[in-house]
Amino acid sequence: MIAQLTRNERQTALLILLAVAIGGLAMAVGGRDNLLGIHGAIAMALAIVMMFVVIGGYYAPEPTEDRTASYYDDPTKVGIIIAMVWAVIGMAVGDWVAWLLVFPDMTFDAGWASFGRLRPIHTSGVIFGFGGNALIATSFYVMQRTSRARMPDQVTPWFVLLGYNLFCIIAATGYLMGVTQSREYAEPEWYADIWLVIVWVTYFVLYLRTLARRKEPHIYVANWYYLAFILVVAMLHIVNNLAVPISLTQAKSYSLFSGVQDAMTQWWYGHNAVAFFLTAGFLGMMYYYMPKRAGRPIYSYRLSIISFWGITFFYMWAGSHHLHYTALPHWVQTLGMTFSVMLLVPSWASAGNALMTLNGAWHKVRDDATLRFMMVAAVFYGLTTFEGSFMAIRPVNALSHYTDWTVGHVHAGALGWVAMITFGAIYASVPWLWKRESMWSPRLVEVHFWLALAGTIIYVFAMWNSGIIQGLMWRTYGEGGTLAYSFVDSLIAMRPYYIARAVGGLFFLLGAAIGLYNIWMTIRSAPEAAYDMTPDEPVVAGMPAMQPGE
Amino acid sequence: MTHDFLVGFSKSFGLFYLIALSIGVLIYTYWPSNKKRFDYAAKSVLSEDDKPWA
Repeated sequence: MIAQLTRNERQTALLILLAVAIGGLAMAVGGRDNLLGIHGAIAMALAIVMMFVVIGGYYAPEPTEDRTASYYDDPTKVGIIIAMVWAVIGMAVGDWVAWLLVFPDMTFDAGWASFGRLRPIHTSGVIFGFGGNALIATSFYVMQRTSRARMPDQVTPWFVLLGYNLFCIIAATGYLMGVTQSREYAEPEWYADIWLVIVWVTYFVLYLRTLARRKEPHIYVANWYYLAFILVVAMLHIVNNLAVPISLTQAKSYSLFSGVQDAMTQWWYGHNAVAFFLTAGFLGMMYYYMPKRAGRPIYSYRLSIISFWGITFFYMWAGSHHLHYTALPHWVQTLGMTFSVMLLVPSWASAGNALMTLNGAWHKVRDDATLRFMMVAAVFYGLTTFEGSFMAIRPVNALSHYTDWTVGHVHAGALGWVAMITFGAIYASVPWLWKRESMWSPRLVEVHFWLALAGTIIYVFAMWNSGIIQGLMWRTYGEGGTLAYSFVDSLIAMRPYYIARAVGGLFFLLGAAIGLYNIWMTIRSAPEAAYDMTPDEPVVAGMPAMQPGE
Repeated sequence: MTHDFLVGFSKSFGLFYLIALSIGVLIYTYWPSNKKRFDYAAKSVLSEDDKPWA
């Protein structure tokens, strides 16, 4: 992989790594009495390992191929593998904490094994580790193809991908040690946040630079979604993480906001993370991979534009539905509720557009588990957005909020929509990227599909039951006007559903592990000689074709 | 800038700029001469030609 870089690019890579190593060293020395020092040491160690990788290939001959004749896919390939590894880690920890709710004593009396520390590893691991890497990897793939242009250089995409993963590692290790700023989906402390800003702005600029080189005059709609994801996540991340560290050598910081402003800022961030990270980005994925896999153009291109602007305008205002019946002014709650209900229109427009695209290709959906992943994702997208609009209505929220219904809703979206569309996109990309006719085992894709679907359904139904029972028990009054059930009564009632949920999650995890194995075997298997796909790069005489694992 | 002013501004300006944006988007989407470009874009991703254009 280093052999693909020019001498100049190898030097730039070394300089960047040196800067990261020095920054890490400074943190390790300055924060030696603090957990920040451990993170400095981790950053330094990872940068040094990468320096050895670059130095190992430093004297390899420079690439001679004509770069304008091919797309640059190495970062996409690595990103897909990293995404699948994070999927297995994040889902394994998720299932662990699911069992922890069934057996609360399973913490071995150790701080790191408590629910509060493990849960953010699950949420960050699946959202940022799995989802984020999949988005970065596929966006590199899609932006080049739809622009008909290669990325402008070969160092920036590596900086974005690996820098992002450094953030993910700092986040996950921090949670284990107890480093958190206690903001949902934004737990990492100030230094990790600053690093992510640098990486993310580079990502945004890289995307724009590639689009600026495009040969295709019109910017395909998938790019709009990916760009909205990158731009808005930058805004959300910067505003929500405005904080003052107690010292430059300590991990702890205090938020700029307090009280209800703090709550509103957090849920403006939190809900728009759902909107722009977990929706817009993955819609970008869907608008490229689904037509491509089905071999049919998107049903209505116009509808995709209208839903894009609808989603972009409406979602921004929906966050306050997380704060019904709080100190937040009533009209702001109503605003969030109204926009959440309005969101159903662009959401169903997108889901309908996706399903209408498949209309006429149902035989392909039946035969091809990869396309079926995408179809089921569109169905769950439609179901979850309907459920979300409904749950945002204040009186419905009175029953659903703080119960497992919310957890079920989130997982209908995260497992049913986000993970399914990602698995579909990855199973489609892997043979294209590594030049194979198909996945190593189409049967295992089929097995993964059914495990994922069964796991999602078990999970969601368990949480619906649990959540509604919980909500009803909490609002049942006895004759004297007192609560009929204690909190512990509701916990006992939930236990069977917790077991079911953990089993459903286990199914989903097994599917992801099988997926990772299948992808690995696809990469390792020899390309079929007879398979004549239009080459990604023209084969230069005398040059060996790309080998597996390269 | 008082709280009441901010609320009044959000409730009035917010309404009108969102309506204006929506109308703008609909005009762009349904502008007849854009149709050809959209149809072309929808089909062009299906092309099997997997290398950058010179």
